Order: sequence, then C-alpha cells, then structure tokens
Amino acid sequence: MDNSTQKFRKRKKQDTFKMMIRNKSFVAGSIIVFIVLMLALFPGLFAKKDPIELDPTAIFAPPSSEHLFGTDNYGRDIYSRVIYATKIDLQLGVFGVSIPFVIGTILGLLTGYYGGLLDTIVMRILDVMMAFPFTILMIAIMAVLGSGIRNTYIAIWLTGWMTFCRLVRSETMVAKNSEYVMAAKVAGFSDRRILLRHVLPNVISSAVVYLASDIVMCMLTGASMSFLGLGVQPPTPEWGSILSTGRGFISFAPWITIFPGLFLSITGIGFSLMGDGLTDFLRTKGR
Amino acid sequence: MIPVLFFVTVLIFTMIRLIPGDPARTLLGEMALEEDVQRLRELMGLNKPYTTQYFIWMKGILTGDLGRSLVYKMPVKDMILPRLRITISLTFLSMLFAVILSFPLGYMAGKNKDKLGDQVIRVTALAAISMPTFWVGLLLMILFGVKLHWFPVGGWAETPAEQFKALVLPALTSCLMTTALLMRNLRNSVVDISILDYVDFARSKGITETRVSTMHILRNALITTVTLLMMRMAWMLGGSVVIETVFSLPGMGKLMIDSIFGRDYAVVQVLVLAFSMLVIVMNLITDILYSFLDPRVAL
Repeated sequence: MDNSTQKFRKRKKQDTFKMMIRNKSFVAGSIIVFIVLMLALFPGLFAKKDPIELDPTAIFAPPSSEHLFGTDNYGRDIYSRVIYATKIDLQLGVFGVSIPFVIGTILGLLTGYYGGLLDTIVMRILDVMMAFPFTILMIAIMAVLGSGIRNTYIAIWLTGWMTFCRLVRSETMVAKNSEYVMAAKVAGFSDRRILLRHVLPNVISSAVVYLASDIVMCMLTGASMSFLGLGVQPPTPEWGSILSTGRGFISFAPWITIFPGLFLSITGIGFSLMGDGLTDFLRTKGR
Repeated sequence: MIPVLFFVTVLIFTMIRLIPGDPARTLLGEMALEEDVQRLRELMGLNKPYTTQYFIWMKGILTGDLGRSLVYKMPVKDMILPRLRITISLTFLSMLFAVILSFPLGYMAGKNKDKLGDQVIRVTALAAISMPTFWVGLLLMILFGVKLHWFPVGGWAETPAEQFKALVLPALTSCLMTTALLMRNLRNSVVDISILDYVDFARSKGITETRVSTMHILRNALITTVTLLMMRMAWMLGGSVVIETVFSLPGMGKLMIDSIFGRDYAVVQVLVLAFSMLVIVMNLITDILYSFLDPRVAL
C-alpha cells in the first residue's frame, strides 16, 4: 500500500469520526448510555446501601437525604435497588438483542440469496408467528417454560429474530441481482465469500438501524415481563419488578413507582437517540 | 390464510402440551389419590393419542364448545365474551385517540419540516417510544386518579358512562407509543411526498393549495400510515395484557395472566387462539383497506 492510499484512509476515518461528533442525537445518546453503563459496571461506587437489606425502622420512608429515593414496604432503599438493577436491565436489552440479530441476519442472508425450500419454510414459520400479538406470544412462551430471567431471555430470543430476518432477506433479494454480485460470481468467488464480503456489508445497515430500537424494545419487554410477575423474581432488584411492588402503594408511596420507571425511560431514550443518530449517519454515508 | 390458521391451532395445542407436569395431577394437587388422577385423565381425554386430542379440541372450537375452566368452574365461552367486549373497547378507544392525536400533529410536523414545532414533536415522539407503558400508566394514575380524582384509579364500572370513564386512562396509556410511531411515519411520508414531481405538477395546473395538500399529499401519505395503524392495532391487543393488569380491568389480557398463574390452561389456550384470530382478521381488513387507498394494488 503506498503512502497516498494510507493518507486517504486516515482522512476518511477522521471524517467519519467528525460526522459522528457533529451528530447531536448520537452524542447525547452516547453520553446517556455511557453513564448507564458506568452504573451497571460499578454500582458500588454510586450506591452505598445494600439493595436487598431490610430496614424495619424505615418502612415507606419518603425521599430524604438518608434515602434519596425513599424506601419500600420492607424498608429497602429504593436508590440502591434502582442503581443495582441497572446491570440486569441493560443486560436484558443488549443480550436480548444479540442472538436474534446474528440468527436473523444469517437466516435472512440464506433465505434471500438461495430462496427455495429453506425460504418457503422460514417464511411460513414467520407467517404463523406473526399471527400472534407479540406480547401474547411472549407470555405464552413464558407460560410453557415457566417464570424467571433465563426463560425471559429464551422467549425474547425465540421471538426477536423475525424482524432482522425480514429486513435482511428483502435487501438480500435486491442485492443478489445487482452488478457487483454478478461480477463476483463471474470472477469465480465461492458463495460464502460473496455472501460475507459482498452482500452482507451492503444489506446490514437497515438491520443495524433496527438494532438500536430493538435494544429498547427488549429492555422494555423484559421489564414488563417482570412487572407481570413472569420475569425476574424478587428480591432481585430489577426496574420492572420494583415498579410492580410500587403499584400496590401508589396512593401513598408513589416514589417506589416513579424512580425505577424514570431510569428505564432515560436508558431507553439514550439508546433511541443513538439509533436516531446512527440512522442519519448511515443515510448521509449512503448518499 | 387457512394454512396459517391451521398451523396456529397446532402450535397452540402443542405449546400447552409442552408444559411440564401432568395437568390432571396439577389440578387435583399433590395430595390427590392416584385413582382420582387417573379418572380425571380419562375424563379430560388425556389418555388418548395427541392427534385424537387435537381433533376433539378443534371439533369443540368449531361447534362453539370452548371447554370448561377448571378454576372458575364454568364454560370458557361464557367467561370470554364479556371480557372480549372490554378488550375490544379498550383497543378501539386507544386507536381513536392515536388517530386524533397523531394525524394532525404528524401532518403539521411534516409541513413545517425542521421548524421548532417539528423538532418538539420529533423529540416528544422519541421519548414516548422509549418509555415503558406500564410506568406511564401508573404515572397517569397517580396524577389524574390519586391526586386530581378526575378518573377512577382502576377497575371496571356498571353504567356505560362510568365504563367509558374507566377506559380513558388505560386507552391514553396504550395509545401513546402508537401515536408516536404514527406521527413519525406520517411526518416522514409528508416530507418525502411534498417534493415529488406530481405535487409540483398539480400546483402548476392551478389546483388550489388546500386541494393539493389534502388530495395529493395527505391521501398518499396516509397509505403507509394506515397500514402501520392496523399493524399497531395487533400490537395493542397484545399490550392489553399489561394495560389491563396496571388498571385492573377485567379484560382478556388480565384473564390470560390470571389463568397462567392459576394454571388454568384450558382458558389460556382459548385466549391465545382468540387473540391470534383477531390479528388474522385485522390483517385481512388491512389488505382490503390497502387496495382501497392505493388503487395500484389489486387484491
């Protein structure tokens, strides 16, 4: 590689970085997500109290300097519980989306590129699964598997791959007939090489854009499963399950409900802003 | 559509059979005598092969016999019908709210692209999409129910007027995310369509601005928005599980959660089937509406 190519690549990288920095929603979203990540990784730094320790002397204490967000019906410190819950909820979003993203993308590539029997089977499975309202399907799967965090993940994975598969499949079907794929075929490249090095980079952007909004969706779905009593089981702190406890006491202790929801919303907004920025960025890059 | 329906019933049937444990044993409890359990198995038809059980179940469904709830000790049909009314009213009311809120706002945002109003609407929509519905519901309940006493805090009522009042907060909660998505979609469609050649052409023919806005821009922008609206309706039906739990409304979603915790699987399987039938019917209506809105699409 000669000197000018190197310089060009370096400049291109700098341009990309500058464009990202200039994108306000992306920066704002990244800052929120970074703070949430810090809370998840080092909860001990931010909350000194034990999230599951009971304190019979401070039941339903309103927010004060001692208990920043008040306490619940067992006298547990809501602030500590909310901070320690960050990790579980962030994991629900990020891990929840990871496997469906990979599986859905691979299935979308294969079905879109080869068509045939595999395509027919996968599309029929999709048709049947889309005939259920999403939440009902989740709950039905949870009913079969039983409650708990592990089964929440399984239910999210079983339902999450569908959108990724659809997005990637439809784009692959377009890319398959494009000139660059024809050229690669004529050059005698193997199917694997064409799919991974030629088709995939060109079809992945819509799936990546959807990824950010799906993180929010997985996190909210996981939290609502806990809220319904099917997901994370008490006393493990989780935003949805803290909210579910607070529901019984909203008339006189609304703080149990307000704060975990606030954290859930802010985290969600952070990821959505990042996704929005990413969409703008990919659109300008494509132009 | 028929094959989908067939596989949906097979899937539901199989899923319920996959639940670990013997249903007869679960019903009678750990202490029950073995011979009683055997007799109940016989009565429930659990000793027959799966395919036979499936056909017996299907025959029942097609002839209107949906089975009996073993917890409530009554026919499932009698339990579902009054609850279906509540869930459907809730879904339609939230659809109505979503349309009333999103159509004017989305259209105005699209017409005034990048102005202050557009920015505010876009940020609000983004926030609405990222918030958990059950939390929003509880906040509305704290504000309008507990503090201001405008609406009941939860539960159902006797007279139609009170029933409507009981549905307002749940419907508002449930419509929030849909409103945001519709608003975004309509805004983007209006922005995209406003710069197309046929809009300029319509203006150059001397057609009034109002007519261009309604007949050329809005009508075409509505095509994708209405499709999205119907898709969201299926979503809201599912979301009724959460909303009805938050507001203690005795609808199908609440019944589903109660039945799962009560291990009343005869009810669960009928409910899942009912929900998916509603979605299938709605998809059919969407297709018909679509061809009506977009004459290029033939059924």
